[in-house]
Formats: sequence, C-alpha cells, structure tokens
Amino acid sequence: MSTEIPLPDDVTAPYWAGTEEKRLLIQRCAECGRFQHYPRYMCTGCGRGDLEFVEASGEAAIDTFTVVHRPLPGFEAPYVVARVRLAEGPILLTNIVDCPPDDVACGQAVRLTWRPLEDGRHLPLFTPAKEG
Amino acid sequence: MTNVAIVGAAESDLGRTGKSILTLQAQAIPRALADAGLTLADVDGIATAGVSRFSATQVAEYLGLRPAWTDSTFAGGSAFEMYVARAVQAIEAGQASTVVISYGSNQRSARSRSLGGVKETHTPEAQFETPYGPLYPFSHYAMAAQSYLHKYGAARESLAEVAVAAREWALRNPKAYRYGAGPLTVDDVLGSDTVSSPLTVADACLVTDGGGAVVLTSLDRARDLRRDPVRVLGYGECTTNTSMAAVDDLTVTGAVESGRAAFGRAGLTPADVDVLEVYDSFTITVLLTLEALGFCGFGEAGDLIADGRIRPGGGLPLNTSGGGLSYNHPGQYGVLLLVEAVRQLRGEGGARQVEAGAATGAAPKVALAHGTGGILSTHATVLLGVE
Repeated sequence: MSTEIPLPDDVTAPYWAGTEEKRLLIQRCAECGRFQHYPRYMCTGCGRGDLEFVEASGEAAIDTFTVVHRPLPGFEAPYVVARVRLAEGPILLTNIVDCPPDDVACGQAVRLTWRPLEDGRHLPLFTPAKEG
Repeated sequence: MTNVAIVGAAESDLGRTGKSILTLQAQAIPRALADAGLTLADVDGIATAGVSRFSATQVAEYLGLRPAWTDSTFAGGSAFEMYVARAVQAIEAGQASTVVISYGSNQRSARSRSLGGVKETHTPEAQFETPYGPLYPFSHYAMAAQSYLHKYGAARESLAEVAVAAREWALRNPKAYRYGAGPLTVDDVLGSDTVSSPLTVADACLVTDGGGAVVLTSLDRARDLRRDPVRVLGYGECTTNTSMAAVDDLTVTGAVESGRAAFGRAGLTPADVDVLEVYDSFTITVLLTLEALGFCGFGEAGDLIADGRIRPGGGLPLNTSGGGLSYNHPGQYGVLLLVEAVRQLRGEGGARQVEAGAATGAAPKVALAHGTGGILSTHATVLLGVE
C-alpha cells in the first residue's frame, strides 16, 4: 500500500505524532464539546478555536463502504474503503482489513488497528470487532 | 422568475475529437451565438471552467474579447448551472448584457483522466483520505450507493434502470456516444465489471471529449432575437463537501437546498416540470437527486422510475440526450444539461422530443437542469421555461 502521505502541517502535527504511539487523537472543542475529525484550526460547531486532542476509544461502526476492484498504484485489489463512525461521533475514511471483503456490511462493529509507515507514523485502520 | 433568457445553445464536436480544449471552446461559442443570431462582438460576459487557472480570461483572450464580467467558479460538473444564476444576476444588475457560458474538454483524446483523481498535497484529503486508496470520484458514489441500498433495502436493479433508460434515449440521439450501440439491459449493467462495489463500469458516466455553450441576455432583448426565448425561471445551489467523510448521511444531498431555492424563485413545484436533465455521473446520482429535489420521498426513487417512466414515452422524461451515461461526459457535463433542456423546450429534440403530457401532444413548457459536481460536493438547480 502507498505510504506517500504528506507531512503533518501546523494543525495536524499532534494527530500524526499520536499515531507514532498508535493513539488515535481527535479534536474536542472546550467551548461546545463537539468532536471533530480531521483536525482543524477552529471548531465547525461553534467557530471558536479552543480545541484539545483526546484519544478516541477505537470503537466504531461501519457507516458505508465499497470494495475497490480496480486498484490505485500501490494498492492490491480487492480492498475495502469505508466510512466508519467513531463512538465519539466523527466519521473517518479508512480501510477495513484482516477480513474477507465479502464479510463487510453497513452497521458492522469495528475496532481500531494500525499499519506502520516507513517514517515512524502509523495509519489507523479498522477490523471487525470480536464477537461478544 | 427572472428577466433573463437563454437565446442560443450549441455543442462542440463530441466523442473522440483529437482537438484541443480551446478549439472545442472556439467551436461551441460561435455556434451558440449563431444559433441566437448574435456575434462575438455582442459578448460582454464569459463564464467557463476547465481551461486553465485563468479559465475565463484564457477564453476571452483566445476569442479576442475584453469582457466586462467573467466567472470561473470551479465547482465541477455543476458549475454551469451556477453560472446561470451568476449570469442572471449580472445581466439584471447591468454589469453585462450578453453572457456566454461555455465548456470544452478533450479528456478522452488526451487520456487526461485517472481513477485516482487529482492530488492536491496541501489539502486535508491528502493526509486523511488519499492514503486509503479510494477511487476519486468513483468510490464516493459507490459508498453512497451502498448506503442507499442498505438504508432503504432498495433494489440494485433500480440503479441499473437509470443506465438502461439513458441508453434508450441515446439510441434516438445521433450525437450520442452510444448511438448505434444497441440497447442496454439491467442484466448488462449488473454483469459488467465491478469497479468499486456495488457500482459497475455501466453505472458510471462515459469519458469523452465534448463541450457546449449557451448564450443569455435580458428577456426584453431576447424577444427581438431569432429564437423563442427560454426564460430562466429559477435557480438555487448548495455546496457541501470536498472530503468523503464530511457529510453525515450520503443519501441526502445538497440538492435538497438547491431545489428548494430554485422552485421557490420560480414559484413552481416538481409537478410542474415536463422534462428533467439531471446530472448522471453515476446511476446513484440520479436517484439521490430526484429524492432531494422532491420528485418523490426519500427511498422512493426506485418506484418513481419503475415501469419505464424515465424512458422515452414515459411520464417523467429524464436525460433525454442519453445523459452522461450514454451521450457524452466531458468531465464537467453541466453545460450539456442546459443545451439539451433548451432543445427540448424549443421542440428541437427530433426523435427524442418530449411531449408535455402524452395526451396533449404539446411541447414541454418547463425543464429542470440539475448539476452535481465533485463527490456530491456541489449542487445547482436551474428551472427553464417557454411561454
């Protein structure tokens, strides 16, 4: 898979630093309590800027997904691209891994897993949650 | 209602042309002006996209013009429906008297389209979405389709019907890329290669060269020109997202707001529309748009389009040129929605001409053109009418 991910910028640096320790950080607004992802300079809920990074639980559910059969360079088909809704609320784009693409379904419970990048960062991925 | 009308409309060469972007622009604009009985010297406003960083400036210079008004809003396929709104406002405000909205693309000849889309490394998408390998825009529409099928328990065949109907129209349009290709069946669509599930290659629009132009001027002036004016009755737009994770529910698009605004300005409802030209980047785009515009309830588009209702002879004629799926899709298709809407309202549709109510045999009075750009990113609705 492709590891050509741009370097962090002024706002996203804490997020990517978190991935070096396999911690998924999402922003919470100290003013209105709203969670948001991707990280921004201001809160999309109230427009103010008192944002803190908090660690997500890693619990999520698949909102929707697609199985890509014509891979982009650096990818091996078939692979699953999905929108997952974190328990905290925000939606992330990700891959569903370590399960047959045919077993993926909308509404399915998934949990966080990681793939190392060559530069020490990690990429957050999701996999079906264990039964029970 | 507005006091502005479309008075000319034309296509550039279409299909696989071997021509440059500016050649296609320089075909479409004079053709549309000739259709209106106007010349380049009459043009004082230009709106276009997809040429260069300075798209309208580039076209103005190429044509040898110094326009008093331009717009190069980049909003993907819906830009041209947005330009109609801007042009109406510019003409009503007196900043321009004659506006050309144009487009040209040689993407098929130039092989300039890739499944991954255009990378912009400074955007959040480059850090948070591109690493996961979604096809752009294909995978986003695929996820919307998956969500739609799951949420409503809708039949996969309803998506296919959009492509099947588009082909039926294209078989009646000699300029359609798939004219002469023969009919398409639901099984053909479902049996085509899956690109990004659940969508197959037959659920996706064509990749062709093409372009077109429309000319707008005041209704007063339009009445003195050679063509019956096609009045701009209403317009509306809504811009929602650039990334794939931003919108909470992929099945409810910004066409809700764009349609409400357009129908409100026109004083009309969906029941008043005789012919629809709805952006069909993918089959799912049409179902989501029909629901958002209020032609049926959410989750009901499959029933709405069943029994051949959007096919030739049906009660809800839609994408009468054959659409982006079977006629032409030059990357930003929205200008050709306007061209076909004008043709239908003027009764120039030939073998594909729509009648307003099969019983009356009259030409249609009201047309809707709806553009969708990007990944369900931008939504713009235009209502057009003839007296």
